[in-house]
Amino acid sequence: MTFQAPIGSSLPRDRAKRLLAGRGRYIDDIALPRMLHLAFVRSPYPYARIVAINIAQAAAMPGVIRVVTAADLEGVVEPWRGTHNLFPDMKVPVQTALATDTARWQGEAVVAVAARSRAEAEDAAEHIVVEWAELPAVSDAAVALDPAAPVIHQDYDGNQAFTAAVSQGDPAAAFADAPHVVEREFRFNRHTGVSLETRGLVADYDPTSDRLTVHQSHQTPHQQQDLYARLLSIPEQNVRVICDDVGGAFGLKHHLYPDELAACAIAKLLGRPLKYVADRLESFLSDIHCRDHTVTARMAFDAEGRIIAMELDDLFHAGAYSQYPRSSVAEGNQIIRVSGIPYRHDHYRAETRMAYLNKPVLGHIRSVGHPIACAVTEQLVDLGARALGIDPVTMRQWNYLDDTDFPLTSMGGIALEKLSFQACLDRALERVDVDAFRAEQKTLRDAGVYRGIGFATFVDLTSIGPEYYGEGGQHISAQETCLLRLEASGGIRCYTGATDQGQGIDSGIQQVVAGVVGVPVSDVKVNSGDSELCPVGGGSWGSRGAALGGEAALRAGRELRGNILNIAGVLLQKAADSLDIRDGEIVDAESGAAHMTLDEVAAVGHFKPYMIPDDVDADLTVTARYASRGRMFLPANGLHVAIVEVDTDTGLIAFHRYLVVHDCGRLLNPMLVAEQVRGGVVQGIGGALYEEFVYDGAGALCNGTMADYLVPMAVEMPDIEVEHLETPTGTSELGAKGAGEAGTTGAFGAILNAVNDALAPFDVTLSETPLTPTRILQALGKI
Amino acid sequence: MTRAVKSVAIALKVNGENVNETVPVRRNLVDFLRADLGLTGSHVGCEHGVCGACTILVDGVIVRGCLMLAAQADGCEVETVEGADATGRIAKLQAAFHQRNALQCGFCTPAMLLTAAALLEANPAPTREEIRDQLSGNFCRCTGYQAIIDAVADAAEAGE
Ligand code: FES
Ligand code: FES
Repeated sequence: MTFQAPIGSSLPRDRAKRLLAGRGRYIDDIALPRMLHLAFVRSPYPYARIVAINIAQAAAMPGVIRVVTAADLEGVVEPWRGTHNLFPDMKVPVQTALATDTARWQGEAVVAVAARSRAEAEDAAEHIVVEWAELPAVSDAAVALDPAAPVIHQDYDGNQAFTAAVSQGDPAAAFADAPHVVEREFRFNRHTGVSLETRGLVADYDPTSDRLTVHQSHQTPHQQQDLYARLLSIPEQNVRVICDDVGGAFGLKHHLYPDELAACAIAKLLGRPLKYVADRLESFLSDIHCRDHTVTARMAFDAEGRIIAMELDDLFHAGAYSQYPRSSVAEGNQIIRVSGIPYRHDHYRAETRMAYLNKPVLGHIRSVGHPIACAVTEQLVDLGARALGIDPVTMRQWNYLDDTDFPLTSMGGIALEKLSFQACLDRALERVDVDAFRAEQKTLRDAGVYRGIGFATFVDLTSIGPEYYGEGGQHISAQETCLLRLEASGGIRCYTGATDQGQGIDSGIQQVVAGVVGVPVSDVKVNSGDSELCPVGGGSWGSRGAALGGEAALRAGRELRGNILNIAGVLLQKAADSLDIRDGEIVDAESGAAHMTLDEVAAVGHFKPYMIPDDVDADLTVTARYASRGRMFLPANGLHVAIVEVDTDTGLIAFHRYLVVHDCGRLLNPMLVAEQVRGGVVQGIGGALYEEFVYDGAGALCNGTMADYLVPMAVEMPDIEVEHLETPTGTSELGAKGAGEAGTTGAFGAILNAVNDALAPFDVTLSETPLTPTRILQALGKI
Repeated sequence: MTRAVKSVAIALKVNGENVNETVPVRRNLVDFLRADLGLTGSHVGCEHGVCGACTILVDGVIVRGCLMLAAQADGCEVETVEGADATGRIAKLQAAFHQRNALQCGFCTPAMLLTAAALLEANPAPTREEIRDQLSGNFCRCTGYQAIIDAVADAAEAGE
């Protein structure tokens, strides 16, 4: 199937122009009449009982309208539990918008102050006196799972949230008989998403019509609409969630946050608009965190270097609760499902154990679990290569699944259609002369310069199908619908349930509609991010926009095109299928001769419908939906190659090259996909080299400011070469797979392998992220 | 403790317009521009001088609007992205950013444009390293920076 331009063209984005002029509309840019501002008192302790709260002094301070505790919200907002019905054995404690009698992480919201300005709300918050009884905090899963450990949720008899396991073949026997086994313990420390715009919302409740409008910096307006309706007992048709410009999201903005729900509840309580924007310090303490896993893994090889078996045990250091509404299972579950996936092997066992800790809730941030699965697998492959004296490229070529293997169900239970591991590696080898690098590496080593190359092959489980949350019992749409409306002037309005936080999916969908209908791209205006106007959809998460929103747009475009040609056929007295739409004109399909313009057709369709017989399909507002069937995920794949230099005196790492070969099927806009990959790589570099929450022995955060929590900045980042392969999925007509997380997925593994390759002469192996200078120098025995 | 916060009258020029306002002495400049004047193109990402999102020009020099009090801008000339956009001063940079997709969410973008413009004014033909260096105080979480560097290089070539 081929598609006409602009599908597949690298066009710049419409939305960008506004943002470049400073005309974006982010949450803190919104001001409504009578709007109040909210500030929170948060727990200073990781774990403490609330003995008493004294609000008297604060309530009398200038500008203060209301001080709210959990008791005030009783009956206004319901509590919730982050369950997932596919994991029925998970222990899931009840969570509330404000802590009731106990705070379970440092930063949990306890009291809210609504005042005429944020400054006044903060002034008052400082004068709220909470009497605390500190409890011994649990901040490590190994400690938490000890039967003697303090229990975080008294409803349960221990801190273990859930375990999940997969097993295929006979791994015990395979390992017992294997000629070569490599084994490592890995540590992936905790970090977060750090969107430049922090979380925030403006909640506007009108009691006369029982109507709640929430402007929110969020990825999933329809999900939030459902949650606010249910938890605040407002009829869903009266709830509207608008996500206008969003200043970065990366997964951290597709959850329900207790403070945000409290803000909506207080807006309802007070009957006037209320703004809450987290400040940066609050963000570090209250945003969803990610990673925080200790993984022990091993891989068995035969005498020739073929992978026989893999085993993995994941200890998942989760947060104080299971995130809502998606639950916190996915990081652990993805690790056990995706590890080892690019490689042919017959025996596999993997288990994850998740423990509740006195830390912020841990959940879904860009590339859930995948970077860990990829890094573990790829380091084991490199260790195997080293043990057997085979070079890492050959090791991969021998062991990749290839065209003769597909389709298959992976050891972790993932259905794989054709993927392109070998082709990605071939393309990488065209770009990177590995032999020349090895020669140079050797020369440089003699001069005391240590460079290394690291490869990381990855699979991304993109575009989750409806079964995962449908069977999980969550109200989360994995289906997409597109609504198109031909205006009388011939322009097209498009409404999608997918949302855009800068990825460019608005543009991708615009290009699909323009290409399928046959109009210039400037004739299509895409509207997204409004739960009232847009058809119900999932928003953005899990690399889904192009594959799902794009396919729905294709279907809607085709229907609109058909109806336009039906009308034109009647007017021209010609068969509709003898006509075509090109560049906004109705033309003869064969000769290309112009017959009439789109606005002439639209004017008849809208204003002279009596000219069209009743039995002709002539709707100029059409909707079409797309839901995948019979597949949980849409796997995409690719390869990262990193070349780094490690300074063995300072422990600093510098990039010499970074290449990604990526295959996400049909590309709607190669430039935008490449930019997704680049941004994702740099976030992956952040997790691999810099970003880490550091806690003291008592579980208190030590680096919760932007000055202390390091993020990648322009100076240290490499230029990233991106190559595209296109292996379209056969499960949809468009053939697109997800792309948004691929950059992050492979970065941890490629960088770990590159650093270990650089340090090979010292016979050290690092398996902990981030690879800070301290960790490098410790491994080298220098400190 | 419930003493009213003191206010002070200030007079300044913002994007070429005369502004006379009374502001609480503790209000920082970027909050004043955003909340009191509605110039929401300048953004706030950290409020402690690290992310660079609040970058504006005061008397022709780029500064962090979160590290300066509005009261300190009394008598100054302030320019924000809205002003730079209106005069066309950053038009070539804006065009290059658009073509290169050097912004995703756009939250860092106004500050990147003003910071890059300051570089090009001082050094019309910077190397990639010099561009990276100049932008090293501006956090961007979305792009990975490369497209921004490309865009600034393109604008330099186009003679911004
Ligand atoms: S908001 Fe001023 S530097 Fe971050
Ligand atoms: S474009 Fe989002 S922070 Fe730079």
